[in-house]
Amino acid sequence: MAFTPEDVQRLAKLARIELGPEQVNATLGHLDNIFGMIAELRQIDTGGIPPMAHACDVGQRLRDDLVTDGSIEQRDRCLALAPESEAGLYLVPKVIE
Amino acid sequence: MIHASLKELASALETKQVSSLELTDLFLGRIAQHNPTINAFVTIDAEKSRAAAKAADAARAAGKAGPLTGVPIAHKDIFCQDGWRTTCGSRMLEDFIAPYNATVVERCNQAGLVSLGKLNMDEFAMGSSNETSYYGPVRNPWDTQRVPGGSSGGSAAAVAARLAPAVTGTDTGGSIRQPAALCGLTGLKPSYGTVSRWGMIAFASSLDQAGPMAHSAEDCALLLNAFAGFDAKDSTSLERDNEDYTRSLAQPLKGLRIGLPKEFFNADGDAATMAAIDAALGEYRKLGAETIEVSLPSIGQSVSAYYVIAPAEASSNLSRFDGVRYGYRASEYSDLNDMYAKSRAQGFGEEVKRRILIGTYVLSHGYYDAYYLQAQRIRRLIANDFDAAFKQCDVIASPTTPGTAFKFGEKSGDPVQMYLSDIYTIGVNLAGIPALSHPCGEINGLPVGMQLIGPYFSEHRLLNATHQYQQATDWHRRTPAAFA
Repeated sequence: MAFTPEDVQRLAKLARIELGPEQVNATLGHLDNIFGMIAELRQIDTGGIPPMAHACDVGQRLRDDLVTDGSIEQRDRCLALAPESEAGLYLVPKVIE
Repeated sequence: MIHASLKELASALETKQVSSLELTDLFLGRIAQHNPTINAFVTIDAEKSRAAAKAADAARAAGKAGPLTGVPIAHKDIFCQDGWRTTCGSRMLEDFIAPYNATVVERCNQAGLVSLGKLNMDEFAMGSSNETSYYGPVRNPWDTQRVPGGSSGGSAAAVAARLAPAVTGTDTGGSIRQPAALCGLTGLKPSYGTVSRWGMIAFASSLDQAGPMAHSAEDCALLLNAFAGFDAKDSTSLERDNEDYTRSLAQPLKGLRIGLPKEFFNADGDAATMAAIDAALGEYRKLGAETIEVSLPSIGQSVSAYYVIAPAEASSNLSRFDGVRYGYRASEYSDLNDMYAKSRAQGFGEEVKRRILIGTYVLSHGYYDAYYLQAQRIRRLIANDFDAAFKQCDVIASPTTPGTAFKFGEKSGDPVQMYLSDIYTIGVNLAGIPALSHPCGEINGLPVGMQLIGPYFSEHRLLNATHQYQQATDWHRRTPAAFA
């Protein structure tokens, strides 16, 4: 497995994490080592083995589709945690000119 | 009193030898004295802890006390605790004041347990040494030049240093058992679905499970009784009747079949560690257990499968940290995408970023089948191995870790070496089954842990075996000299 700086930059872009050139190089070496270890998985014959997504094979419980979310007070406590909010809304940089 | 078990503390409270406020002040005093050395707590709020203690004393005076009312504990900083800063070891959540209680915290509160504060941990529970915490590493009370293990390293160090009698932890790949082993505690990872994950900050949702860490199996059983059980708020919580995890403690071990996987008992193991395990197995035989060889043919692939599955789930879970609704936001950015990218670059540490990138890769177009689906197929092979082994034995024993606590910096430069320190614990999370670690010896003054693994819902059996062992031995009562 050999990652290129372009591979790492592409992943960083997909993951929305800015990486400087130095970090790209450090990450590249680590990813090579980690995928060197993981590569063994690809050699294993798993024909006919169903993937196991979850520890216990039970179906997901569904709850009734009811409005249950607390109070204005709780909403305000949550909004107070936002870096920027106004009039009950989260604020982000302008996306449409 | 600082060495007392939960049962002894509960009894002292019951008989009015001590009040919850006195106990709480005792431990807060220990924290003030020793935390600057070991850095186990990231947040302390004496006023809140003392108010909870007074409420517990009032409840007792009013005849409304439960079995643990007034006993102080502390929570890993991965659990949301209403009104308390909850950081998950990350800069991302440096100023996050949880607006609600995790179910684990809520149930502990309802049981009258008093919170002493929030415990340091590897960032977002990603690490095996506590060196990835934004709030600085935790030091191992047995040797402050060494790591306490991770990710529940603050939890383990706090109990080992007698800053709290018992604590909560979480375990995704060994994060309760490995630090319990390196700090000389007993720690249990319950069956997946036994303890609610609601309000527990998610790392890898199909693997994460909360559990107790304390000196003894009996204390773990008492604490697990307080917070385990079905919770409608967690869609993966299993609908079952509540259990009394103390119910089998007194059962004799005669006829207990302990399986020894040949993949773990071979010449590759650390000689001193294996000698300590052999001695513990000798003790179990004296108590009436028998040992037999079993095999887990696919267990060798568990670390690789885990480092596909856990980062994949983490990359998805951690996408919520975008600097919009809560958490860190970069101060300068050019547009929305740049705000995401800079906030995440500055808010997350190196190991967290690395795992997000691994997860992004294995889930990306063209690699999903080769890595993620393949890892899930191997996950099933590993679970099948355990099923087959448990047809021959009741529990499986192994070392918890390949060696005793290592020095700071020894593995932090090489992620693969760090990942391999969880070689004995990771398979259990992939299979979803319960396992615990208990102290079983010392090498050069450092504790050694033995792991016991059982089939689904066998917590009571694991606790029983360990309790019987702990009646005959005193490894779990040893105290690091500087904290005696």
